[in-house]
Amino acid sequence: MQEAIINKAKQLLADGTVDRVIGWKRGEFAYDITPAVFGSAEEIDADFVYDDFTSANVSKYLVKETKKEGKVLVFLKPCDTYSLNQLTKEHRVDREKVYVVGIPGGPKLDIEKIKAKGISGILSVKNENYTLKIETIYGEETMPFSEAILDKCASCKSKKHVVYDELIGEDGEVLESNRFDMVEQLENMTAEERYNFWREQLSKCIRCNACRNVCPACTCEKCVFDNPESGVENKAASDSFEENMFHIIRAFHVAGRCTDCGECSRVCPQNIPLHLLNRKFIKDINSLYGEYQAGEDTTSRAPLTDYTFDDCEASIVHERGVE
Amino acid sequence: MQMNENKEFEPLIVAFCCNWCSYAGADLSGTNRLNYPTNVKIIRVPCSCRVNPMFILRAFQRGADGVILCGCHPGDCHYTSGNYFTRRRMTLLFSMLDFLGIERDRTRVEWVSAAEGAKFAATMNEFTEAVKKLGPNRRLEDLRCRKQ
Amino acid sequence: MLRISLDKIDELFEAVNSQQALYIPTDRKDGAAEYKKYESGMKMSDKLNTVRSAKDFFFPQTENLVEFKMEGKKIEVKDIREESEDFVIFGVRACDARSFTILDKVYLVEPVDSFYKNRRDHGTVVTMACTRPSETCFCQTFGIDPTAPEGDAACWSDGSFLYFKANTDKGQKFIDSISSLLEDGDTAELDKAIEKTKTIMSKLPLANLSTENFGGDKLNEYFNSDKWGELSESCLGCGTCTFVCPTCQCYDIKDFNTGDGIKRFRCWDSCMYSDFTKMAHGNPRLTQLERFRQRFMHKLVYFPKNNEGEFGCVGCGRCLSKCPISMNIVKVMKALEVK
Repeated sequence: MQEAIINKAKQLLADGTVDRVIGWKRGEFAYDITPAVFGSAEEIDADFVYDDFTSANVSKYLVKETKKEGKVLVFLKPCDTYSLNQLTKEHRVDREKVYVVGIPGGPKLDIEKIKAKGISGILSVKNENYTLKIETIYGEETMPFSEAILDKCASCKSKKHVVYDELIGEDGEVLESNRFDMVEQLENMTAEERYNFWREQLSKCIRCNACRNVCPACTCEKCVFDNPESGVENKAASDSFEENMFHIIRAFHVAGRCTDCGECSRVCPQNIPLHLLNRKFIKDINSLYGEYQAGEDTTSRAPLTDYTFDDCEASIVHERGVE
Repeated sequence: MQMNENKEFEPLIVAFCCNWCSYAGADLSGTNRLNYPTNVKIIRVPCSCRVNPMFILRAFQRGADGVILCGCHPGDCHYTSGNYFTRRRMTLLFSMLDFLGIERDRTRVEWVSAAEGAKFAATMNEFTEAVKKLGPNRRLEDLRCRKQ
Repeated sequence: MLRISLDKIDELFEAVNSQQALYIPTDRKDGAAEYKKYESGMKMSDKLNTVRSAKDFFFPQTENLVEFKMEGKKIEVKDIREESEDFVIFGVRACDARSFTILDKVYLVEPVDSFYKNRRDHGTVVTMACTRPSETCFCQTFGIDPTAPEGDAACWSDGSFLYFKANTDKGQKFIDSISSLLEDGDTAELDKAIEKTKTIMSKLPLANLSTENFGGDKLNEYFNSDKWGELSESCLGCGTCTFVCPTCQCYDIKDFNTGDGIKRFRCWDSCMYSDFTKMAHGNPRLTQLERFRQRFMHKLVYFPKNNEGEFGCVGCGRCLSKCPISMNIVKVMKALEVK
């Protein structure tokens, strides 16, 4: 697959269709891959990589890249195409300046899950028939591929590319996923259990803002939490209230716009399951206002900028679930 | 939050009232000499739609034990559709607070028209009682703001 | 050398904890390690390192400095400083132990930071030699020997015993306080284990990374390098690297209005943030390139220039494993280096 992608990139650069390519750049180790912009065939030959660790969603970089001159080529996995559609819909990305090549997606690997098995000193990771052969300074280790996949891939919602100019490989289908299972499990707990669960999770937060900054839906020029004029600017949570506030507002601001790409949880250095907050909103929207998938198209109205006369009242919260 | 003379818990209730209906409703309940608890502090907003989730959270941070949002009845919004957006927003926000384990009875949305002075007073009485039963807000308070 | 059987480690922790507050790295439910106040039955983590560094003990993420109480037009200033309790941090790695030396160079020079000094005076650092370094480790680059860690007292494990040695008076006092549990023993097994670790250290992928071409001498050359654009291109501008870093020491001071007064506090700040260094006239670092450059120039050039060649990095590898886009100091050093 990597070869086909590299050839396509070089071809589109050579025939002048595009001026730059957004992709993934090889790192020091087997897994530390950095999103990067490539300007020439030589750069692509030297460093371009597409493998089991290229999980980063690069669609957000298009906000910055499409403000520059020329056209940019981007390789998008199915989940990433939803993000691009959403960005196009919100006029954050100039679609005219993007050439999208859809590529097959995951499941991608989570290096943290490999390390959690006690495997350290990792020199290389090879996938042989869905068994990972991991070469380390302490000898060779193996583990099943299925045990090392990213959480966001384990609950994949769609293998379908919702926007592309060209495809490499076959397009897939929207999947029946189990992505709301954990949300439901939490809903069925008592309020106190839920409170304790989230206190334990959110108290780990170090307010690095990685969840916010990586999010393709978070594209405000100035975030309310960075703006001294807002009255709520804060750099660190001085109280448990501020931990709650940041995460409630972050999730609320992307409610109805979050495509559930899962990047927030993937990048969290403290492993907080932030996607559960987003999924709670998605689940509520689906059940109260009708099925809605953000990024599926570029024309429909988002649930929070829309209404019907007979929407349910807020008191519905009192009528369902566990107190 | 504070304690009354009998050392009973007296909740602080913040009521966001839209200028055109609910604030006028509150006014009417006053001119009709209807009683509602002094625990309720009204904040007037141009439209219920002006209230964003941050307002609700900040009220809790600053010591509110319950927050109620009052606006025109659906269909009667002075700006045609503001309260329809409010309805969706607050439903999702309250559901999220519930998801985080915050007591669901601390938040409420109620539609009160300018003619419903009695409803305003009754709602405030009822809501204050409900919050009083819950006790002080501990799950969504900022300890730095707690009155010593 | 004084030692204790690893079977008796719980007794050791209980003994220390009965005298002063004890903190050890322990595994959370999600598997990651973090320092926690010791409670009976708590097990020490066998992870190489904690997600957050040990700098929190001396330089916490947020801390109140002073309070103002207002009544009408009267303002009362409250000094809220109080003497810290004595505490022991057990199981600190060599990299984190060195980070305290670096923080000392910032906070213990005139004007001395009394908040930091207070905790530093009351804290005893007991380090733990590494036995299983990871591919992201490069402490050797900064002259740190993970088999002979610094700190007030150091300890080593050979798999069945824990050996102790004091490096400072405070460390000696710590060892004296638990001496009834320790016995003298021979170190043949330990020496073998240390040799083994040393062999592994020499085989680490980053073993040959060197700082010899960094430092104050090439300030202009590195500042004006054309590599910064490419390196910072995909930086998200989050603060992960800064906040997991054991040596990052910048903070911001803010006032919080409580309704009837002010709590003035300080909290960690990150040079990756858009309002870092913001002054009355605006911000001198307008783009992520400049912010990104600042972080690495500070660690590799400015800091050694001002501190007799001491670099602002200890090679703990936290930023290597935690950066959302996997951009880190090693990649920067390799791309930037001019021989």
